[in-house]
Amino acid sequence: MKEVVIQTEKLTKRFGDFIATNEITFDVTKGEIFGFLGANGAGKTTAMRMLCGLSLPSSGKATIAGFDIYKKTEEIKKNIGYMSQKFSLYEDLTVLENIRFFGGIYGLSNAQLKSKSEALVTELGLDKEAKKLVGSLPLGWKQKLSFSVAIIHEPKIVFLDEPTGGVDPLTRRQFWDLIYKASDKGITIFVTTHYMDEAEYCNRICIMVDGKIEALDSPTNLKKVFNTNSMDDVFYQLARGAKRKE
Amino acid sequence: MKQFFAFVTKEFAHVLRDRKTLFILFGMPVVQILIFGFALTNEVKNAKLVVVDQSKDLISQQIINRIEASRYFEIEKAVMDPEQIEAAFKEGKIRLAVIFPAHFTDNLMHINRAQVQIIADASDPNTANMLSNYVSSIIQDQQVQLNEANAIPYAIVPEIRMLYNPQLKGAPNFVPGVMALVLMLVCVMMTSISIVREKELGTMEILLVSPFRPLLIIISKAVPYLFLSLINVISILLLSVFVLDLPINGSIALLFAESTLFIITNLTLGIFISIRTNSQQVAMLISLMGMMLPTVLFSGFMFPIENMPMPLQVISNIVPAKWFYIIVKSIMIKGVGFAAIWKPTLVLVGMTLLLLGLSWKNFKIRLA
Amino acid sequence: MIQVNNITKVYGKEKTVAVDHVSFSVKEGELFGLIGPDGAGKTSIFRMLTTLLLPDGGSATVNGFDVVKDFRKIRNSVGYMPGKFSLYQDLTIEENINFFATVFNTTVNENYHLIKDIYIQIEPFKKRRAGKLSGGMKQKLALCCALIHKPTVLFLDEPTTGVDPVSRKEFWEMLKRLKAQNITIVVSTPYMDEATLCDRIALIQEGVILSIDTPAAITASYPHELFAVKGDKMSSLLTALNSFSKIKTAYAFGEFAHAAFYAHAISAQEMRDYLKSKSIEMEAYQKIDASIEDCFIGFLKN
Repeated sequence: MKEVVIQTEKLTKRFGDFIATNEITFDVTKGEIFGFLGANGAGKTTAMRMLCGLSLPSSGKATIAGFDIYKKTEEIKKNIGYMSQKFSLYEDLTVLENIRFFGGIYGLSNAQLKSKSEALVTELGLDKEAKKLVGSLPLGWKQKLSFSVAIIHEPKIVFLDEPTGGVDPLTRRQFWDLIYKASDKGITIFVTTHYMDEAEYCNRICIMVDGKIEALDSPTNLKKVFNTNSMDDVFYQLARGAKRKE
Repeated sequence: MKQFFAFVTKEFAHVLRDRKTLFILFGMPVVQILIFGFALTNEVKNAKLVVVDQSKDLISQQIINRIEASRYFEIEKAVMDPEQIEAAFKEGKIRLAVIFPAHFTDNLMHINRAQVQIIADASDPNTANMLSNYVSSIIQDQQVQLNEANAIPYAIVPEIRMLYNPQLKGAPNFVPGVMALVLMLVCVMMTSISIVREKELGTMEILLVSPFRPLLIIISKAVPYLFLSLINVISILLLSVFVLDLPINGSIALLFAESTLFIITNLTLGIFISIRTNSQQVAMLISLMGMMLPTVLFSGFMFPIENMPMPLQVISNIVPAKWFYIIVKSIMIKGVGFAAIWKPTLVLVGMTLLLLGLSWKNFKIRLA
Repeated sequence: MIQVNNITKVYGKEKTVAVDHVSFSVKEGELFGLIGPDGAGKTSIFRMLTTLLLPDGGSATVNGFDVVKDFRKIRNSVGYMPGKFSLYQDLTIEENINFFATVFNTTVNENYHLIKDIYIQIEPFKKRRAGKLSGGMKQKLALCCALIHKPTVLFLDEPTTGVDPVSRKEFWEMLKRLKAQNITIVVSTPYMDEATLCDRIALIQEGVILSIDTPAAITASYPHELFAVKGDKMSSLLTALNSFSKIKTAYAFGEFAHAAFYAHAISAQEMRDYLKSKSIEMEAYQKIDASIEDCFIGFLKN
């Protein structure tokens, strides 16, 4: 039995009468790539915010990296990384400055920062661009860099919110290579995406409809259950029935 | 024309639906007028004054008693050497001195006419003005009482002297100042922000790719703020006449015409800013820091321009609010007609045309 | 309807080339797609064609009108939905549509037949402010607003970015119906799977067009034999395939790895043996037709 790093039980968030996430229950194990899918407004973002310790649930239980979501939000934050398509890095700082800044936030020592940033720059092939402003890099590189920065402090879990939106197909695959590498190192990946082929790259996926989890299994099993050979179809069958949007 | 009206209607919808901003826009002038009117220039109570009574007779004593009975004054010393008055003023011990010359009652009784001198510390011109008016009216009361029993009227002539700032320059007749400030804020800031907002939203792209003339877009953006500003002018004037008892001595029509001119000057300024900027933040910063501060500093309603160093006096000339302040003061307080204010009017017209020209030249029919 | 000849756009002091000598043409009634990732230059091309940006080189005509000289005529006849277009949030659905109708010198009734299909879906909420609508409804409203003046050409810049797959499908169905009304549509998207829904597409990357043709012709001209391989562990499978001398490139594609061979492919048995030597259990091996995404990756690898 693998170590469980995310555990939720009937986790619920209400905004007034509106139930954004409705009693979601699931476990994610160490090193797993866990895909979190759903139409716009299905409650993905709300759920992710609770798991990152950014918003308190209305009811239900959850532990992240062994820490209780209600009481230990500070510890949780030390043990997770976060990256989204919208905000990732400071465009007006250079590549190195960004790495040092985010590493510094997580309390890396100067020696660690130095070796980490060198290793990271070489790994991404950014040697020439290390002193350039992040704003001048192509989108794909920015996304790869910001993923690497999100795991610079070797968190137990990294949350990725639509990390590959608008990125070209080749870079998208390179991005997933990075995800696999991180997963091999034992980092748990919690990722949302609108690309259905990316859903296939996950070990297990969870599809949310109207705040509830409607399906949770490996891509292969889901396709079997829904009697189809494409993830696209699985998603469509589930999400088409959605009553609410955003 | 139909397009234009549709656009203006839409702009009004934007303005009217943004309740918070609307509240600020209409609440701001009211609050400012009330703050300036009551909090800052509240009537002075218990002002210290000295009386130098060189005649020491019946009527001078009666007047002194009246002053003493008034809640406005507190007599510091009843008798004092005239030489010491100056020193007391300088030390700031007293705000006012009332001097009765020798033979005060004699003069009044025999030649039916006597003088009384009132000296005020005019470094705070508003207070000085008020206090000397109070004393004058007390003396007036005494005179009325004396005349009741007499066929030949007695005249007590108060001779008022202002120390330090004899012409009461920069008297904070704040109503014109507040008007200038409010109109500037509403017109410059709101217009520029509302245009730049369309750029940020992406709707500007659609509007540009439509048959609607870009220049009309901008003009129709300005119309609602013209109306808003005129409403503000009315509310400020109503407040000043009915709440602050400050009458409008000149022509109301002329006052409105000049206000409209000033509003248009500011609208063109707002348009010019919006043409040169691409984010609401920048537009807001420029309007607030670049416009409001100079207006407060250089329009002359808070700090007398004449007291400023020469370079600042020169700079003050490019602030539209300065000219508007002069115009409104002249109409409202002095009650003069257009003949007396054509010069500042011309300056405002010139500024408007210049800004219009600059906007025209800088206006882009494309994105970059 | 649209002719683009060697159009070029350069930005800033550093002379970043956003659009590099791009040429293409769009016929009347065609649904033409510009397919490429963010930063490929799609938006710049749209802005030049809608007369919002001046090209730094080359020329283009829309409806026979020059994008520089006759910009006013173009503005009268095209519809445009920019990428970040978000309508007036504080106006209702009805007010937004009426406003754009009037700005374009027409009325909603005049061209109601064009937007009817789309409008009836959002009509029940017509008194609701745009800011309170869901993403899918906003998109429908934006499309109505872009259509209201019966444009001859409709430019849609990334209308489906950030939209979930269900809403995306609905949106493309709307476009098909519009095409049936003989409106020429130019649409851009970063989603490769949407390419096949267009009549013709241009694949674009870093300001350069990689290929222009019908989606079928582009996939048919894919130069390699392409196989889908499935193994028990994706990352080691990819490493194994990429180190195989006859394979030009291999990459993940959903649950499979796609392997493009230089010349002739090897048999299933050969592949099974090869993978076994790398201690990978082969689960599937079949020849497949290239998709647009395969082609795009192929162009990028060249």
